[in-house]
Amino acid sequence: MIITGAIYKFGDDVNTDEIIPARYLNTSDPKELAAHVMEDADPQFPARVKGGDIIFAGKNFGCGSSREHAPLAIKAAGVACVVAESFARIFYRNALNIGLTIMESPEAAAEAQTGHAFKVDTAAGQITNETLNRTYSAKPIPPFMQELIAAGGLMEYVRKGLMK
Amino acid sequence: MPGPMTLGEKILARAAGLKYVSPGDVILAKLDLCLGNDITAPLAIQAFCQNGGKEVFDRKRVVLVPDHFTPNKDIKSAEQAKILRDFAREQKLLYYWDQGEVGVEHALLPEQGVVVPGDLVIGADSHTCTYGALGAFATGVGSTDLGAAMLTGKAWFKVPATIKLVFNGKLPADVTAKDLILTAIGRLGVEGANYKALEITGPVIDRLSMEGRLTMCNMAIEAGAKTGIVPPDKTTRAYVEKRAQRKPRYYISDPGAEYERVEEFDVRGMEPVVAKPHLPSNVAPVSELRDVLLDQAIIGSCTNGRIEDLREAARLFKGKKVSPRVRTIIIPATPTVWRQAMKEGLMDIFMAAGCIVSPPTCGPCLGGHMGILAKGEKAVATTNRNFVGRMGHTESEVYLASAAVAAASAIKGRLALPREVRGANWKQGVKK
Repeated sequence: MIITGAIYKFGDDVNTDEIIPARYLNTSDPKELAAHVMEDADPQFPARVKGGDIIFAGKNFGCGSSREHAPLAIKAAGVACVVAESFARIFYRNALNIGLTIMESPEAAAEAQTGHAFKVDTAAGQITNETLNRTYSAKPIPPFMQELIAAGGLMEYVRKGLMK
Repeated sequence: MPGPMTLGEKILARAAGLKYVSPGDVILAKLDLCLGNDITAPLAIQAFCQNGGKEVFDRKRVVLVPDHFTPNKDIKSAEQAKILRDFAREQKLLYYWDQGEVGVEHALLPEQGVVVPGDLVIGADSHTCTYGALGAFATGVGSTDLGAAMLTGKAWFKVPATIKLVFNGKLPADVTAKDLILTAIGRLGVEGANYKALEITGPVIDRLSMEGRLTMCNMAIEAGAKTGIVPPDKTTRAYVEKRAQRKPRYYISDPGAEYERVEEFDVRGMEPVVAKPHLPSNVAPVSELRDVLLDQAIIGSCTNGRIEDLREAARLFKGKKVSPRVRTIIIPATPTVWRQAMKEGLMDIFMAAGCIVSPPTCGPCLGGHMGILAKGEKAVATTNRNFVGRMGHTESEVYLASAAVAAASAIKGRLALPREVRGANWKQGVKK
């Protein structure tokens, strides 16, 4: 998949309370969650974000709670990909389990600025900053996780009898 | 002959049916327990049902605890909790608590002997790492992992490298397990142990109560760790033997087990600390922050809502009044803790001091209910996170502290050291 949406840049340690505050966790409905995504980090974000857009962030994106509502809210808002310098462990696992595309690239994330034009090739793991005219390679996804993704996520993997 | 392993690696190897594992290995392992709460379990149950789930893999090993927004705070959360109740009844789950029996999951499960040493546990709650205090390998996951576990009884793991924390010396008065773990998070940083296990050891830990160990392992996730784990010893056995619902397995690390690194802490001269807004790693001595005025104090949560914490608070509240500016809320973490506190007369002390006493709930810790902050308000809390907006308005602030510091601060109306409120009969250096 080639992604060319607008980018939104966030800092380090964006936690799951900022991605989807607990005051909205009395529901699991993805649409309702999406209406408040990233609200405590940027109150304008839910209104501005469009399908195919890209989130860029610093280190430790998604730290804190294990709430899967966080990647779910991002995905349901139509965000095509999250590129970060690094991801917190549980968020990383949850994102891959539910099929939210995430890419780890410290250089791409550090140099990205709101307003830059990007082209992200998820299959090739390549992130191109067209404004700066630079291409970065995302950190490869471990082979086991690639199998999960290829199966269509964890539940599909289980359903296909691969969890043995 | 397999190579030496840490106790965490031994548990993972045993659960995967392997003789040996080392950091980086990806394994599929059998779970001794999996759990979820009223926020995370509805999505897991949905995943379970949508994928042909009819019966959970073992009704004695799937645990549901409606503790976050209970007693139900609104209609939507009531609907979420009802999903758990219906599922638990339908599946005849052995470990499901409701009404007056429910407590905060990570206080409840160890107390009820549902999790035992040597277990491999996943929980759809990041503070599942708490159970490492018993010498179990326990880690937080999301709802889909829980759904898959309810179907299969298994989960995949990447074997983490281990950072060993060694606490040396003798704890000074008023320095608690909470101060130790906050100090460690301050040094490691909130990402410092991402993908790693923390093995928490040393003479200070050897002398630490199970309550204190639970407090420390609870916050391993705040350094990003996959789990925090304390080698089981006499204290563990004494705690476990009277309550274990299954046979415990006591593992300890082999001599020569490999650690990514060792971090030593000398506790001599240490003083009580808090984590300032808005990260648990933003640690500073209380003595430097005595001008921070407060509007709320929370004593409770899976971090510090156990009987020891309530006793610590009550010793300071006894014969005192909380400051008129501080809404002080005591939340015993389980019904057993609540009743014990009542029997010991602690509830009377809290009520006489002007505290509000809540039923067990996660409530305000995550900004759910039972003590939400308005814009500009500041709280001292014995909870585990102080992110932006964690306890309410995005312009509110949370200072994380021990029960003693929270109680002293509630009395003073500002961040305060326990010694500032002690009576004349308190002897320097004696911790009673």
